[in-house]
Amino acid sequence: MAETSRDTILQSLRAARLESVELPELDPSWSQFADPRARFAQVLESVGGRCLSAADLQDVNRQLAQRTEFQQAKWIGSTVAGVDRVNFDVMGVGDPHELEQLDFFVAMGQFAIAENGAVWVSDAQVPHRALWFIVQHLVLIVPADQIVHNLHQAYQRLRFDHAEFGLLIAGPSKTADIEQSLVIGAHGPRSLTVILL
Amino acid sequence: MSATSCNHAKEADRFTADRPRVQWHDQALWFVRAKRDAAAHAVEEWEQLRETASQIKRHTLARLPEYLEQFEENALRLGAQVHWARDADEHNRIVLRILQQHGVHKLVKSKSMLTEECHLNPFLEQHGIEVVDTDLGERIVQLRDQPPSHIVLPAIHIKKEEVGQLFHQCLGTESGATDPKYLTEAARGHLREKFLEAQAGLSGVNFAVAETGGVIVCTNEGNADLGTSLPRLHIACVGIEKIVPRAADLAVFLRLLARSATGQPITTYTSHFHGPIPGGELHIVLVDNGRSRIRADRQFWESLKCIRCGACLNTCPVYRRSGGYSYQHTIPGPIGSVLGPLQDAKKNYSLPYACSLCGSCTDVCPVKVPLHHQLLTWRGEIVRRGLLPWRKWLEMKVVSWVLRNRRRYQWSGKLAGWAVRWTPRWMLYNRLNDWGKSRELPEFPRKSFRELYRNRNGRNQ
Ligand code: SF4
Repeated sequence: MAETSRDTILQSLRAARLESVELPELDPSWSQFADPRARFAQVLESVGGRCLSAADLQDVNRQLAQRTEFQQAKWIGSTVAGVDRVNFDVMGVGDPHELEQLDFFVAMGQFAIAENGAVWVSDAQVPHRALWFIVQHLVLIVPADQIVHNLHQAYQRLRFDHAEFGLLIAGPSKTADIEQSLVIGAHGPRSLTVILL
Repeated sequence: MSATSCNHAKEADRFTADRPRVQWHDQALWFVRAKRDAAAHAVEEWEQLRETASQIKRHTLARLPEYLEQFEENALRLGAQVHWARDADEHNRIVLRILQQHGVHKLVKSKSMLTEECHLNPFLEQHGIEVVDTDLGERIVQLRDQPPSHIVLPAIHIKKEEVGQLFHQCLGTESGATDPKYLTEAARGHLREKFLEAQAGLSGVNFAVAETGGVIVCTNEGNADLGTSLPRLHIACVGIEKIVPRAADLAVFLRLLARSATGQPITTYTSHFHGPIPGGELHIVLVDNGRSRIRADRQFWESLKCIRCGACLNTCPVYRRSGGYSYQHTIPGPIGSVLGPLQDAKKNYSLPYACSLCGSCTDVCPVKVPLHHQLLTWRGEIVRRGLLPWRKWLEMKVVSWVLRNRRRYQWSGKLAGWAVRWTPRWMLYNRLNDWGKSRELPEFPRKSFRELYRNRNGRNQ
């Protein structure tokens, strides 16, 4: 049954010849910034995120300790070794539904994009992809030398040759579905902090 | 398909009866349009991006069968299962079969205009499956038992007081509450439960990449993402026009999409699904439902380039002032007025006339769908196919007869001036004069331009 529909669709598409156009070359020089780091921070803040810089892990811990959402968090998880106060073993979780209780989660981001304030993460950093969405507050630590100018450069870096979930995150979860008023914290994290290390 | 036809002007009357609401709706959308402008102008290579996006779409549509096969091959290689549906009915049956095979009776769904087009929700509900739309706007309209009135902002026509009332009844929030933050928080709690209970997640797809076999979903709320990362079963429904050849092409489209839609540099979440969740299943349903027919249409195939950003709705003076429901079609606004008659020309004959041909839609479209040209072409088509009601047809004939001849045109000006001056009001403003329903005729000058010109020239010489 599915077989025949496939054939029908492909046949009817083949029956109509459309004038062919070349696939355009993409110009990777688009939108470069004098200071990608500053641009990233500025765009991230404009979409409701927070951008911090830290010298080392100790500095990360010191800055986290100052955040109220970290002070108030009951359950804290991390896939970055050395984060203080971690009391929730995300690696030991079998069923992602258990992650519902998690208040705070710290993970590595692979790289950041100056143009749009997004950070690339993937299944490679976490045991469950639900972690990116289910936690109340998310912190991504990104190596400060891993900031590309724009999306074109981002896709030059990415390879999609095996089964994996990858994701661009730009700010906390948000909605403006009630009268166009922006509300932070729709279904996913209520805050997103990116720490450039 | 319904045999009765929809008359946009009549439907719009219902919406425009509430003047303050029309103004409010108009301004809400103009606000989004202004944000889009600021975002677009901030990108130096905007026009180059639009042209590139348009070329990629043209190229892909021309080679669509090859790219679909390539996509399927790669998706299968990654462990996804691929299904093909000729029409809405087959799509719905495929989804139901997958759900039944997995014993699913609770499904969470993220926004998908395709499943709206296929009327999937009522179909699944008839078969005993609870379907929860998880996008906040979509949940609001679902609880009101309405379809979305906009393709990106499903509840743009609803006021916060009405949401408060609805949530009070359905979610037990305080009566009289109108604070969007409070109401959103209530919805978050309610939908969290639904996410945790769901046995499967269904999502639409923004882009499907032929070269990699992946599907890309963009949201701000994270609902598509949460909804497909808790259950083990993910069904992704894709219109066959959503294919792009290379992952690198995503850069072009993603830079355009959110900026055109809401003025954001990118949506909060851009999920790239390559293969199923570990230990789970990913089913991709490729849906034609008239798309191959549109692609074969020499006049209208370019409408398939659409990436559903909603910019043409936000900018359209008619959409802003008549609301999504006046179109009586799943997709309203300029793009809906092109697609509607393609689906059913008889039912949707009036949509291409719900347009002032101002061309603003064409100007903002990130993939350069020649919207107002297509709307104009449709008007000709509708007349050619004899679908225009006799009154409108007659008016057009008379006007064309008058305008085609210089003398007739000159006389008609005189006649109109005279008639407007001397005809009693009740004869001018009545049921037959649609134009005069909300407009006053101007005062006609006693002398025509021609006469004034002739007199002046006479004096000068
Ligand atoms: S036709 Fe163009 S502007 Fe309208 S929704 Fe589609 S992509 Fe956006």
